[in-house]
Amino acid sequence: MSKEVTRNQKKTDILQGTLDLMVLKTLDALGPLHGYGIARRIEQISDSVLQLNEGTVYTALLRLEQQGWIASEWGSSENNRRARFYSISRSGRKQLARETQEWERMAGVIGRLLQVRR
Amino acid sequence: MEQLRAILAKLRHFFEGSLAERDFDEEARTHMALLADRFTRRGMTPEAAWREARRQFGNATSLKEARHDMQTFAWLERLWHDLLHGARLLRMNPVFSCVAIVSLGLGIGANTAIFQLLDAVRLRTLPIRNPNELAQIKIVGGNQGMGMNNAYGDLTRPIWEELHQRQKAFSGLFAWGVNGDVVGTGSQLEPVNGFYVTGNLFQVLGVEAWRGRLVTPEDEHACPVTTAVVSYAYWQTKMGGREIDLGTKLLIDGQLMQVTGVTPPGFLGLIVGDRFDIVLPFCEPKQLMRNLFEVTVMGRLRPGISLAGASAELAALSPGITAATEITGYSAETVARYRRFRLAAYPAGAGVSGLRDEYDSSLWLLLGITGLVLLIACANLANLILARASARERELGVRLALGASRGRLLAQLLAENTLLAVAGAALGIGIAQMVSRALVWSLSTESNAVLLPMAIDSRVLAFTAAVTTLTCLVFGAIPALRAAGLQPLSALRAGGRGMTASRDRFSLQRALAVTQISVSLVLLVGALLFVRSFHKLMTFDPGMREEGVTAAFIGFQQSNIPAERYLQFQQQLVEEVRAVPGVISAATTTNPPLLGGSWTHGIQIGSAHGDSKFTWVGPEYLATMGIPLLRGRGFSASDTADSARVAVVNETFVRQYAGGTDPIGMAMRTGQEPDYPSTVYTIVGVIPDTKYACLRCGTPPMTFAPASQFPAQHPWTAILIHSNLPADIIASRVKLRLAEKHPEMATQLSSFQTLIRDGLVRDRLMAMLSGFFGLLAALLAMAGLYGVVSYMAARRRNEIGIRIALGARRGQVIGMVMREAAWMVAAGVIAGTALALLAGRAAATLLFDLKPYDVPTLAAAAGMLIGIAVLASFVPASRASGLDPMQALRCD
Repeated sequence: MSKEVTRNQKKTDILQGTLDLMVLKTLDALGPLHGYGIARRIEQISDSVLQLNEGTVYTALLRLEQQGWIASEWGSSENNRRARFYSISRSGRKQLARETQEWERMAGVIGRLLQVRR
Repeated sequence: MEQLRAILAKLRHFFEGSLAERDFDEEARTHMALLADRFTRRGMTPEAAWREARRQFGNATSLKEARHDMQTFAWLERLWHDLLHGARLLRMNPVFSCVAIVSLGLGIGANTAIFQLLDAVRLRTLPIRNPNELAQIKIVGGNQGMGMNNAYGDLTRPIWEELHQRQKAFSGLFAWGVNGDVVGTGSQLEPVNGFYVTGNLFQVLGVEAWRGRLVTPEDEHACPVTTAVVSYAYWQTKMGGREIDLGTKLLIDGQLMQVTGVTPPGFLGLIVGDRFDIVLPFCEPKQLMRNLFEVTVMGRLRPGISLAGASAELAALSPGITAATEITGYSAETVARYRRFRLAAYPAGAGVSGLRDEYDSSLWLLLGITGLVLLIACANLANLILARASARERELGVRLALGASRGRLLAQLLAENTLLAVAGAALGIGIAQMVSRALVWSLSTESNAVLLPMAIDSRVLAFTAAVTTLTCLVFGAIPALRAAGLQPLSALRAGGRGMTASRDRFSLQRALAVTQISVSLVLLVGALLFVRSFHKLMTFDPGMREEGVTAAFIGFQQSNIPAERYLQFQQQLVEEVRAVPGVISAATTTNPPLLGGSWTHGIQIGSAHGDSKFTWVGPEYLATMGIPLLRGRGFSASDTADSARVAVVNETFVRQYAGGTDPIGMAMRTGQEPDYPSTVYTIVGVIPDTKYACLRCGTPPMTFAPASQFPAQHPWTAILIHSNLPADIIASRVKLRLAEKHPEMATQLSSFQTLIRDGLVRDRLMAMLSGFFGLLAALLAMAGLYGVVSYMAARRRNEIGIRIALGARRGQVIGMVMREAAWMVAAGVIAGTALALLAGRAAATLLFDLKPYDVPTLAAAAGMLIGIAVLASFVPASRASGLDPMQALRCD
């Protein structure tokens, strides 16, 4: 328990608007997944550094679905409960490419900015 | 793009009504179960694992709310909830709701009705193709009474002919005129409104025939006219709507004419408020009269040509046109004046209208009055709502304390008030339909039926919507804003247990009451002014007999009397009328007074030039009209066509032309005019000043001459009949007698007094409506003041209770409460008097023999209002003074 708490204190909040991108990338990389799976993947990749209320994944999923970038269907989870499986659509892949490019551009700018010495 | 997709998704969600909520619950449960499994596997107890799973998942309720907002139009839903909540509250207070909706309905209804009238008379365009291209050609400044003038006659036919040939600014130019005609013969004779048109009128207007064909250029040929077209209404009511064929004929003015077609039902002519029955083409007489102003000229402007452009062209054409159409037989001065006439183009898309000229300022004024009444009603409602709002302060305080935002609270209160306003507007539009029709009906007189179609067009709806919105802002927003500024803690704590209520709490209510009193004073002053003005007109002595006089208008064109015997025949008619039992005296006249007609001739006395009104009358005229002779003699049977020319003049004439000396024996020469050769009259008598054309009009110099010496005899005449019998009895007796002897003759009889009063329709309307609204305003203000004073007294119960317990007498308590009211009334009356003086200028021209700053009227209105105010505040004050102190202090 105490170990958990100390790790929690180091966690970082997710940057505004990046959760959608992470969810899209996860679905693109791993194929159809349910919300729990997506949360686990993000946890794994981020090495548990990111602070995530896992429920917000579903808000992101709803937003993506409204835009038509992902689709969903019901299936069965590993503990035999009903779960909804999400998969990325063709327009979702295009959006991912756009967003990735945008992110890299932005990251590049910030990186350069931070490297500048007086 | 992304937002659009989100909206589409929301719409899909709305229509598909998905199971999303239940789905999410299931997804969330699965997710948490999987998390819990994981924690259990790491060695947690099941309870701890579930707790940790829930923590890591986050607040499911707020997630659900966020999802809900994403999937629905949240603001719309909130609005709907606000409206439902508002409706529920209004249902819970049926009395309040009814009072609010009915008073708003009346206020909005009155405004809409007046606006509908204004719309119909002034704003609405004619039902023709592209009405805005239509323009009218007039003489700049009018023809100043030159020559002879028909109703709606701007130009002479020679001018029209010249215009038609020379102008280039109009793609189509047409002329029209109106005339009273008769259809049928003998006792079946009925008067109709004739609409005389050039052959291209309907084609230029773009009006198509309903049946048969309308007037075409081929119908315009040498007189007499042989074809006619009838209006849809005439066709339906008088001709039974039978199909038009070659056998369809009408006897119009004694001429059998072929009816070729029917105009469409929507086309009511070019005169707003008037109707036409038959359409007749212009015909070409042997000689056109150059001094008869009988036609209106209108046309469609060519594309790209503005009114200013057309006017410029007309100004350039004017000298040539007036030179070519110069009037003859007039003095050199008159002819020179004619040559200076300039023509210009004016907008005509809304048609022409005498109603418009007469009622324009009255209707705007009435709109202002009804607007003020609505304002007072709104102030009343605002006060009611304020009172209610303070009763609801606890509720609002609780909701604020529980976290409702002020914006939400404001939105909800506004929704409630909007509901009231919209219900009031719906009721108002219904009321307006009845009121506007009743108003049109009240404008009609026996001789002049006003025909105005009342419609709810987009302009009327826009007006009502605007009024409703304004109303809503005035009565709804003020209390709502106030409630939104509430401090939750103090609202919860105060709960009616204040000592003396703070002044600030009431300042708004006080201001509203003062506004009400001042505005209602303005309306009361207006009402009194119009009622007094109308009363003065009704009781005004025009210097002649009004009661007991009957006017007979007779046309004997069908009687085959040769022109040289017109005079003799008229004298014979007078003798026949005099022989009717009950007739005391009777006399012909060329121009009955007070009915709007005017007849002027230029005169010369010695070296003085000027003009005078001229009337040629029968020998008994002065006796019939009860006009006394001041000096000299009147006319008698010995003044014949061959005897010396004599005249009787009025006092103004004497003052103006005889320098106040005795004019008897003076000679006056009339200026030459066509049919009226220059003649020398000797003045033989003087009468006192009487009114001439109308009651409001001034008294000009007037000359009377014997009918036997009238130089231009016509086959028609007017006979004024004096009798002590009731007007309708004498009218029917005379009509019967004349019909027996001359069945072919057209006779119309009316009570002289009724005819005069028909000219006072506008004054009657203003007196009735402003009187009604003034009283309504006073009543509303009384209710408002009563409400505010009662409310303030109720809020001071504890204080008053303590005062009574400490020994305050009844009178002292009453005085204390009424002093509060007195301040408001005093402020209201002062502000109202100032406003009334400002507003009075708008009414000045509509008043008769009264100035808008009439002191007795102002004093009477203020007195009435103060009386009402005392009554309205005494009742609650006396109730407060009867308080049982024990109860007031005990109850909370």
